[in-house]
Amino acid sequence: MSVLLIAEHNNKELRPFTYNAVSAASKIDENLHILILGNKSEAVAKSASEIPNVKKVIHVDNEIYENFIAENYTSAIIKHADAYSHIVCSANTFGKNLMPRIAALLDTSQVSDIIKVISADTFLRPIYAGNAFATVKSNDKKKCITIRPTSFEPAPATGGSAEIVKSEPGEAFKNSKFVKREEIKSDRPELGTARIVISGGRGMQNSENFKLITAIADKLNAAIGASRAAVDAGYITNDHQVGQTGKVVVPDLYIAVGISGAIQHLAGMKESKIIVAINKDGEAPIFSIADYGLEADLFEALPQFLEELNKLNTIQK
Amino acid sequence: MKILVAVKRVIDYNVQVRVKEDGTGVVTDNVKMSTNPPDDNAVEEAVKIKESGKAKEIVAITIGEEKAQETVRKALAVGADRGIHVKVDGVVEPLAVSKILQKIVDKEKPDLVFMGKQAIDDDCNQTGQMLAALLNWPQATFASKINLKESSLEVTREVDEGLETIEVNIPAIVTCDLRLNEPRYASLPNIMKAKKKPLEQLNASDLGVDTKARIEQIKVEEPPKRKAGIKVANVSELVQKLKNEAKVI
Repeated sequence: MSVLLIAEHNNKELRPFTYNAVSAASKIDENLHILILGNKSEAVAKSASEIPNVKKVIHVDNEIYENFIAENYTSAIIKHADAYSHIVCSANTFGKNLMPRIAALLDTSQVSDIIKVISADTFLRPIYAGNAFATVKSNDKKKCITIRPTSFEPAPATGGSAEIVKSEPGEAFKNSKFVKREEIKSDRPELGTARIVISGGRGMQNSENFKLITAIADKLNAAIGASRAAVDAGYITNDHQVGQTGKVVVPDLYIAVGISGAIQHLAGMKESKIIVAINKDGEAPIFSIADYGLEADLFEALPQFLEELNKLNTIQK
Repeated sequence: MKILVAVKRVIDYNVQVRVKEDGTGVVTDNVKMSTNPPDDNAVEEAVKIKESGKAKEIVAITIGEEKAQETVRKALAVGADRGIHVKVDGVVEPLAVSKILQKIVDKEKPDLVFMGKQAIDDDCNQTGQMLAALLNWPQATFASKINLKESSLEVTREVDEGLETIEVNIPAIVTCDLRLNEPRYASLPNIMKAKKKPLEQLNASDLGVDTKARIEQIKVEEPPKRKAGIKVANVSELVQKLKNEAKVI
């Protein structure tokens, strides 16, 4: 048995969730190899080789991989698939886009978004927006699996020295072309990996009022999230959306402000270690999962919250 | 141009899903069922393209038990021209669904196939990508904006880092995000008219597709419940609790 992990990176460094995927993958089998498909991506291969859990790095460098187009990735991955019992990657938009294309060509029924490795063929995964957990056993010979990164701790980044093997690129796919990427640059921690997340919902009433959230996020070094209602109302961009069809976050502290707690939103945050809800409707479902609920008008509570935080001598970063 | 739109019948998104006591699945008896929400966006987008004069025909397809037809009828009521129902009982995994769709694509020869990016029941997010692989077509997943050109599509995709734009040549698969458009409601006259639109019924076995499950569902259980929390009286109590009890700030 051996596991091939498809790395997510930006040609300069591994994306943080690759480290979480490494932990999950090495729970399946210790014989873990990592495949890097990139362009001018030597530094990525080097970082991958330094992860102690990784036994071998396969590095394919070619301009067709510059923008991580799944159609181009697929032919290269299929070339290597024979040697592995499992092919895995993160269940974020990168892996969700990629893995089913591989699984279909290998005639494998993919297991998506696992949150626990029970054995090499049996996994736990949430269904119905996390309202149920299914234990599933894959009976396919070769297994294609995506891993919910926030359910696994990141693997250590240094200390290893796996060999790096260069490999030839696969065939280029002519019918898909990358045009552009509009990344939202921010000095804040990434939503998916932040220790603290503060999110606003429909109760924020407009985008201007998100400044109240921003001020607290600045103070706590927190990432900013939002419910789908707030995104759809145009208060904030979609990359902030937390929920079943947005991002899944598991911070130490999640502060839900003006969010009623639709099941689709809870699906994205209810595994957070500590949940705070601030809402003026005392019956809002969010209170049923909050560790600390504050029934209050957010427009009064948020400025007070900031004031109280300013009074504290120290805030953990 | 011809557009094939795939729709799935799922438990309505407003229903609080309950796990069966025997651990074999979730309760579906007497539970409201609806079209998977992003599949409604897929239908809407196809209808908009037809209204703009760029498409001639929209074919809506569903795969599932007898009642799954309702989702096709709903698509017909908002503007699809005809329907296909491939009858299969029990769970059909995305791999089998994509194989069935491949057979239908071979027969119908659509220029575009649209569907939702993910079904809200199994949350798999696989079918569109798998179908694209089987057909060796390009895939534009998680689409929030589509710009139809002469022989290609420019698609804006919702990705973790923000937005990505790709261009795919037709024929292509598009999986739709909830943000792609605002699905319309069917009017009563259109619901009545939809009943007269053609709906072809097929059996998965007639298409020669093996729908046997490859993944064994061993058990389904409730997720661990969170301990009931407390209500705090005011902001300063909240901050004290976070600092001294939870120790998270």
